[in-house]
Amino acid sequence: MEKPRIAIHKFTSCDGCQLAFLHLGEDLLDLAEKVDIVHFVEMGPINPLAKVDVAYIEGSISTPEEKERIQHIRTNSRYVITIGACATAGGIQALRNLGNTQEWMKAIYATPDTISTLNTSTAISDHIKVDFEIYGCPVNTQQILASLLSVLNKVNPTASKDKVCLECKRLGYTCVMVTKGEPCMGPVTHTGCGALCPSVGRACYACYGPAENTNTASFTQWLSSLGLSDAEIARRFLFIQNNAPAFKEAGLKLRTKKKP
Amino acid sequence: MTDSFKDLSIPIIARVEGEGALHLQIRDNAIQSLALSIYEPPRLFEKFLEGRSANEVVDAVARICGICPVAYQMSATHAVEHIFEMSITPWIHDMRRLFYCGEWMESHGLHIHLLAAPDFLKYPSVIAMAKDHPEVVKRGMHLHRLGLDLMSLLGKRSVHPVGACVGGFYAAPKPSAVKTVLTEFKRSLPLAEELVQWSASLPLAKSTQTFTSVSLRHPHEYPMNAGRIVSDQGLDIDISEFDQHLKESQVPYSTALQCHLHGKPYLVGPLARLNLNFDRLPSAVHTVLDRCKITFPTQNMFHSIVARSVEIYYAMLEAIRIMENYVEPTAPCVPLTPRAGIGFGCTEAPRGLLWHRYAFNAAGLVTSSRIVPPTSQNQARIEEDLRQSLMHYGLDHSDADLRLHSEMVIRNYDPCISCSTHFLTLKVKRW
Ligand code: SF4
Ligand code: SF4
Ligand code: SF4
Repeated sequence: MEKPRIAIHKFTSCDGCQLAFLHLGEDLLDLAEKVDIVHFVEMGPINPLAKVDVAYIEGSISTPEEKERIQHIRTNSRYVITIGACATAGGIQALRNLGNTQEWMKAIYATPDTISTLNTSTAISDHIKVDFEIYGCPVNTQQILASLLSVLNKVNPTASKDKVCLECKRLGYTCVMVTKGEPCMGPVTHTGCGALCPSVGRACYACYGPAENTNTASFTQWLSSLGLSDAEIARRFLFIQNNAPAFKEAGLKLRTKKKP
Repeated sequence: MTDSFKDLSIPIIARVEGEGALHLQIRDNAIQSLALSIYEPPRLFEKFLEGRSANEVVDAVARICGICPVAYQMSATHAVEHIFEMSITPWIHDMRRLFYCGEWMESHGLHIHLLAAPDFLKYPSVIAMAKDHPEVVKRGMHLHRLGLDLMSLLGKRSVHPVGACVGGFYAAPKPSAVKTVLTEFKRSLPLAEELVQWSASLPLAKSTQTFTSVSLRHPHEYPMNAGRIVSDQGLDIDISEFDQHLKESQVPYSTALQCHLHGKPYLVGPLARLNLNFDRLPSAVHTVLDRCKITFPTQNMFHSIVARSVEIYYAMLEAIRIMENYVEPTAPCVPLTPRAGIGFGCTEAPRGLLWHRYAFNAAGLVTSSRIVPPTSQNQARIEEDLRQSLMHYGLDHSDADLRLHSEMVIRNYDPCISCSTHFLTLKVKRW
């Protein structure tokens, strides 16, 4: 039987999510026995147009070239999995969508006209059909391996729909919101990290993005009652996962709110 | 004479962390133009950091590079502490070193085994290399793993760790957790020693060039978080003076920002650090190096892989020293009181000097920021090296050979193209 073929593609990103593969260590060698890694620039093989069974996509769409490249990948891939906040929501760099990209470019580069970039940084799913999304900034190895195993066994991968809070309580961490009044984003954040921030006594800053069915309005009120200003709350929504719809909406609502 | 004109473009340089292209034009056996172009799209960090609070900056800048997030967090936090007039405790100082040791091991480990060694031993990838050299790959991956463990000890994860804050760490690791890591480090130390000897025994090209090394220098430490910026040509400045001596500019053929020291290219990174701080290494490292046939300082860029191995070995020794003296502190961080002002942070990222400058307002929010990553500093040096190396190698080699040789030269610098604060697509002028 032929080995399943996989590709790992990079778009606008920090390379952090593909490290979930590179940091596998010796398990990477095992993985390479079981699957044929046909395109993974950081590891060696280059074949960007190869037909594959599974394509993992890291990074957001922020240049005209990327807009085009992602279409080819879709055509050539049976199953497309996006990994990380950049790919699933545009990443932290999507903050440009709320600013003025052209002015920002001018502020940083002397001749911005020679650099081809889009005014927005957007999720892969804004451009092509995505079969499965893995949240997090970064995603971790367990998430990646679980998804690969599912696809190779021809079942659709699934992810828990829980919030960080549930994971945090299950692991028995002291609640930083209750004990220290910290503005923890755990109640509205997607699970998967292992409640890392509460484990060191700090508030979650929502790097895994919005959980499903979150009530951001009542959570906003809750943060207000802890003494945070609207601007501070807006910054918490509009951070790593600023362009994820639930957070964007909640953040923008606060930004445009009239001062009482 | 256009007969001998050739334009060699390497569309994607394999196994560089990030993606770039090299455009080379040769005419009459001379290089007419050479340009290293980078596809990395701008992410505009310096602008969206504006309006953010100090600790948001620490979590945000990590996202500039997944391979060296600690470096970004450290340069940022030192800059903020400078502005807020905070002074850290010896415990925090040590833990930051420990954290940095982990990142050097992680980043160098990846580079040596996944990127550089397959080059020197002529394999297309680490996967292919592992079939013939399983023990080398196993050793490398084990040391790399130890680096990740160290990062996780203080930061809970190795990519965008969550443990560091302005003023120190959110929590102190338990002594039992430190002990577990320490035991493994002590057990594995001989492997790092072997790594140094193995890297020195690789078939490294013998080619020396004239270049200036630049790094931090500290009164008694091998530099990581603190020191003055020095060069082997007499530069010796405070980090706040960076701007006056090391200038970012745009070269005529390119939109990429390149850094020059008094108008000339310079080198940052492990080889530069080692060249300038060899005397700051403990005797154990000197002893191992004495057995190898390579002496530092060196002007052979191909010795970079040895420099990285040496730094892995050093990082292990340093980590062991710190962990052996580990005691739980009364507080893992010092309190923070925002103040308005301008501050600088400069630390030694795995790939070299990483300089940050921030201005904060009285409300404790960023009003402006500037970040100069190591790769943009090495950019001009890489091109200079390529010109010399390719001439020396012989331009009459086949395109495929020239391509391979260029890739090897570039990889000595371990260009992290995700230092995307300043990396752009380069436009090549054709005529
Ligand atoms: S999601 Fe985060 S970790 Fe992943 S590539 Fe984007 S910035 Fe890096
Ligand atoms: S610390 Fe945060 S994640 Fe944990 S239970 Fe409290 S609010 Fe939820
Ligand atoms: S910010 Fe939240 S989601 Fe991200 S690691 Fe911390 S606890 Fe987990």
